[in-house]
Amino acid sequence: MPPALPIPASKLCESCLSARALISRPKTHQKLCKPCFLSTFESEIHATIVSTNLFTKGSRIAIGASGGKDSTVLASVLKTLNERYDYGVEFVLLSIDEGIKGYRDDSLETVKRNAIQYGMELVIVSYEELYGWSMDSVVESIGKKGNCTYCGVFRRQALDRGAERLGIHHVVTGHNADDIAETVLMNLLRGDLPRLHRCTSIITSSTSSPIARSKPLKYAYEKEIVLYALHKKLDYFSTECIYSPEAFRGSARTLIKALEKVRPSAILDIVRSGEAFSRMIPSQAQAMSNCARCGYLTSQKLCKACTLLEGLNKNRPKTIVEVEAGIEDEEVSSSLWRGIEAIKLVEEGIAN
Amino acid sequence: MGEQQDPSPNGIYSKPVSLNIEFSGGLEMLFSNQRSHHIQMPAKGPSKQPVNIGFLVRHLCENLMKDKRKDLFVLEDRIRPGILVLINDADWELEGEEEYLIQDGDTILFVSTLHGG
Ligand SMILES: [Zn+2]
Ligand SMILES: [Zn+2]
Repeated sequence: MPPALPIPASKLCESCLSARALISRPKTHQKLCKPCFLSTFESEIHATIVSTNLFTKGSRIAIGASGGKDSTVLASVLKTLNERYDYGVEFVLLSIDEGIKGYRDDSLETVKRNAIQYGMELVIVSYEELYGWSMDSVVESIGKKGNCTYCGVFRRQALDRGAERLGIHHVVTGHNADDIAETVLMNLLRGDLPRLHRCTSIITSSTSSPIARSKPLKYAYEKEIVLYALHKKLDYFSTECIYSPEAFRGSARTLIKALEKVRPSAILDIVRSGEAFSRMIPSQAQAMSNCARCGYLTSQKLCKACTLLEGLNKNRPKTIVEVEAGIEDEEVSSSLWRGIEAIKLVEEGIAN
Repeated sequence: MGEQQDPSPNGIYSKPVSLNIEFSGGLEMLFSNQRSHHIQMPAKGPSKQPVNIGFLVRHLCENLMKDKRKDLFVLEDRIRPGILVLINDADWELEGEEEYLIQDGDTILFVSTLHGG
């Protein structure tokens, strides 16, 4: 072996000035070595948590865990920070089993390994036990079109109900800056200002749920999340949901990624724009009551899940159209789905 | 340099380089569901230029990728935005992206960031 050559200055880490840079940060183009990148990434998440007073000492908090990169990185970073800065929080992994064979089975195995790796309790709630319908059986009944709406509505309630069973009032999710930029764009395109407001807040103590939701990774670029997972060799699962073909998320996602390529700050800029718009939107007082069937908070007589279930149980999938006007859920996937549907309609309108 | 050399029948002009090609984040599905591939590739292109990442990507599309959905890997002849490339663990942005000249024994990882979290 020849002796190691000195690292040329152009390839040095710009933070410690001693190790070889391996990462180019998308926000700043700063070049960092692996240890400096990992600690910078962690400190930024810590700064987000501290500046928004996200956690209270002694509380139990559920991490919505899918086995995918975002929630796996979230669980890993929260474990690290909880120990490093003594948050005094007990984290529990909460997973939803949508009942999609060949997709959820494998990712749940990943979550089970994560629970052992991070020493966290794991609770799995299934659509089947909550609603009497798995996503496989929903798709069998209504077909693939529109099933994401069912899945999104069911998932939101499932996380809340899972948390409620555990006596937990706060669920953190792995939504990252790219996800939020996407949702901001879609909400702008739809002119949906109330939802724009909700998708940008770090924490939503939602009108439709007694359970608070928060997104500690909201300023973290997807690229850095993937690099963090890679360099820390985290065990995560990556397969697209078999019922969610590219076309749904595709357009917004492709646009965001293309923008990032020419101007990396674009993602954070869109998130910040969303926040700025959101400050101009007066908060709407909405009369909420309990769902007549299941007791979940809702602005209608029946909550969205119960409305969808009523349709399913009567085998009347058309209910979906009426439900879309509701304001309750803000799951990225379902709101995006509606956004893209809306764009399609506009395009068709122009084409005709 | 400069003197003409007969191309071998399959168009390879010089001895090949050995590379470790890895796919992750869902891209492995486009490459026979296999994460790690050891490949051999000519060290020089048809006009005797040393091969770079851009050449490698075309080579992978033509020779390694059985899946028909090429656009999930390349868009307009370039790596699809949202796919990260690591050359020996370093972000390819630090190495000149498509222009990086391939060295024998390099490990090149392609990882998609596009799959759900
Ligand atoms: Zn460093
Ligand atoms: Zn209900």
